[in-house]
Amino acid sequence: MTSPHVKTNPGYKRISIDPVTRLEGHGKIDIFLDEKGDVADCFFQVPELRGFEKFCEGRPVEELPRITPRICGVCPEAHHMCSAKACDAVYQAELPVTAKLLRELQYNIFYVTDHTTHFYALGAPDFVMGPDSNPALRNLIGVIGKVGVEIGGEVIKCRSWGHEAASIFGGKPVNPVNCIPGGMAKSINQEEHARLTEIADFMVEFGKFTLKLLHDVVLANETYVDIILNGPYYHETYSMGLVDENNKVNFYDGKVRVVGPDGKELVKYEPKDYMLHVAERVEPWSYLKFPYLKNVGWKGFVDGPDSGVYRATPSSRLNAADGMNSPLAQAAYEEYFQTLTGDSSGNKPVHHTLAIHWARVVELLNAAERAQELLKRPEITHPEDYRVVCDKKPHEGVGILEAPRGTLTHHYVTDEKGIVLKANLIVGTTNNHAPICMSLKKAAQNLIKSGTEVTEGILNMVEMAFRAYDPCYGCATHSLPGEMPLTVRLRNADGSIINEISR
Amino acid sequence: MSGNGDAAPKLKVAMYWAASCGGCDISLLEIGVNLLELIKIADVVFWPCAADFKYQHVADYPDEYIDVCFYNGAVRTSEQEEIARLLRRKSKTLISYGECAIDGGIPALANLTNPKGIYDAAYHHNPSIDNPDGVEPQPITECEYGELEIPKFYDQVLRLKDVVEVDYEIPGCPPQAERVWEAIQAVAGGAVPARNNAVKVACFDKSVCDECPLEKRLTKIKEFKRPHEARPEPDWCLLEQGFVCLGRATRSGCGALCIKGGLPCRGCYGPSSNVEDQGTAMISAIASILDAETEERAKQLIDEIVDPVGTFYRFSLGSSHLKAHK
Repeated sequence: MTSPHVKTNPGYKRISIDPVTRLEGHGKIDIFLDEKGDVADCFFQVPELRGFEKFCEGRPVEELPRITPRICGVCPEAHHMCSAKACDAVYQAELPVTAKLLRELQYNIFYVTDHTTHFYALGAPDFVMGPDSNPALRNLIGVIGKVGVEIGGEVIKCRSWGHEAASIFGGKPVNPVNCIPGGMAKSINQEEHARLTEIADFMVEFGKFTLKLLHDVVLANETYVDIILNGPYYHETYSMGLVDENNKVNFYDGKVRVVGPDGKELVKYEPKDYMLHVAERVEPWSYLKFPYLKNVGWKGFVDGPDSGVYRATPSSRLNAADGMNSPLAQAAYEEYFQTLTGDSSGNKPVHHTLAIHWARVVELLNAAERAQELLKRPEITHPEDYRVVCDKKPHEGVGILEAPRGTLTHHYVTDEKGIVLKANLIVGTTNNHAPICMSLKKAAQNLIKSGTEVTEGILNMVEMAFRAYDPCYGCATHSLPGEMPLTVRLRNADGSIINEISR
Repeated sequence: MSGNGDAAPKLKVAMYWAASCGGCDISLLEIGVNLLELIKIADVVFWPCAADFKYQHVADYPDEYIDVCFYNGAVRTSEQEEIARLLRRKSKTLISYGECAIDGGIPALANLTNPKGIYDAAYHHNPSIDNPDGVEPQPITECEYGELEIPKFYDQVLRLKDVVEVDYEIPGCPPQAERVWEAIQAVAGGAVPARNNAVKVACFDKSVCDECPLEKRLTKIKEFKRPHEARPEPDWCLLEQGFVCLGRATRSGCGALCIKGGLPCRGCYGPSSNVEDQGTAMISAIASILDAETEERAKQLIDEIVDPVGTFYRFSLGSSHLKAHK
């Protein structure tokens, strides 16, 4: 909460949005207007720090998969499994096939659940209801009212079946515990396998349905396609994402590939080499750091090939890869690129921020298909090979996977007993911190001009600039209807209110 | 945020997150179809995670406007304390929701270090940092247009009850949905007084041990093992097998989910009833079943336990008798 005594310099007006809401975690936006009423600058600040990197020190490394999910309880599986992967590396544990399959299966089912939440509860309202529609109806309940109660029921079913799957793997659905260094804490039996197959089959159908819904509601509407293609949400940045040995998108394992704004590969690196390619800056006005590509360099909050700013989002993952590892998702991938770039190969990257929503649906379908395929592997129900005992000397390890909202890196160094000496974490949203700041500024500058009446619809379109990035705050809104009142006060330099807009 | 209106006045409910992960917010949504019941009896008037009310809305509410406020997360910054005070003033009933608000939770592990150590690890010495000028976040930063403000980072992690009076506490990391729904019904039905003294609800007085399905063979601990080092024998008490398990010192309410999944308890429901300090309770529980004839042998065995402080106080360092690092 900004103190009343915080100074705004003469000649400028400050618009504060505090707190940013329907967001996983904390944030506020300060927009400064110049004398003419144009946007001079815009700051997205993260007012919180907990210090995980420090207090992970001294802990036994095998406990970090149970500690780090509390970085984010909205997408805790991502931290849980990334941490377990880093622990595998610390102990040089070679996982049996069954353990690997189970891990990837669990992760893909989580992906479907998480992307579902984001698309329906968060992304869809802006498009199904319209960006400047009545804010009281621009929410999940409004969406269900428009597209039908049956669809709402399917969304809730997808989430609850996803949670049921999590409980089959063992432990709690929020803040899971079942991945351990060397594999999983338990196997799955035939009965559990049958149920997981039923869940995966349903999720594939649900993915197909969601893609169709996206077509019917968004892509069939010229206005929306125009907003996606021509709205003030375009940045030509580098794109980052995990790929398998065929350069296909993989959420759980592989190498990190980065392509330039032109789509050409800049680098493809092993998780252990991450620090050769990514560096983090500190700004005094935010607790959150700003990662960038080390070998391109930090040039400030700008896009283009000379700026090390990169994005790590569903859209970036599609840009960074050569395709999807499953047939239906591959067809969806080709259509996505064909529509947005005129080239179905995916060689020309998509830089439209709002297209992240579409990319998320392609990924949802891919995760469901992948789960279905993994369940067909006979080794997956092996009663013993769900883990190995770690008996090598622990030292150092890096784990990387794709959290729903960006590439996630956990790096641990331990002593000979496996006690953590050093932990370094580069978290999904952190990757996108600079691009989110840039997108907000660009949206604000284009939408708020001298003489423009700052309407509720305009404010919502500013918010849409960052809504596309952050699936996590969507998880939280998955089944609760919400009005969206927002108050923006324009203050003079002396703090007196000159205008107040509410919605 | 309102459901279908009816004649009875609806409860005004708020939820806030401070130093927390968002898992508590999700856990409240996990009440599933009961959510539709909740919407019938309650209107949300503040919930940053799910609805777009701003701080200014809350400040503009009359005092005690909110019937029930769930506050999750520990108090780590000046803003979190400020909002705690604001919500206390605006709420008839204030509930600490989840371990971070009640006992400090995982964020209170930071009390084993200090802000200097935290800043050093986050902003100065880590493998990917690029900070040649030694920049650190500042409460106030001057820019061309004026001042930019972020909250102050406190020296240590505080519990909600360290800064304001709390009426009830719902333990768990996160609290389990069925328990939460029971508690909401009790508050909504007026079954409990609005004001109270940090009384625990939505949990049981028993320990996790009491609801654990594994067999106790009443054997003594011969050696300690870590979860990645050995496969536990199925159906046999993990602690008796030598895996440190906090079930004996931890309040029940979770349904022993982690243990049923093959992993030892880490104490996420906080200390069991009549236990003030979870760590010392756990140490005495372990001491009573050590296979050691002599004090020296007992000490050898205890020394096998790695990181006893970070394990026995995994979720409750904020309430422990240990003092914070300076």
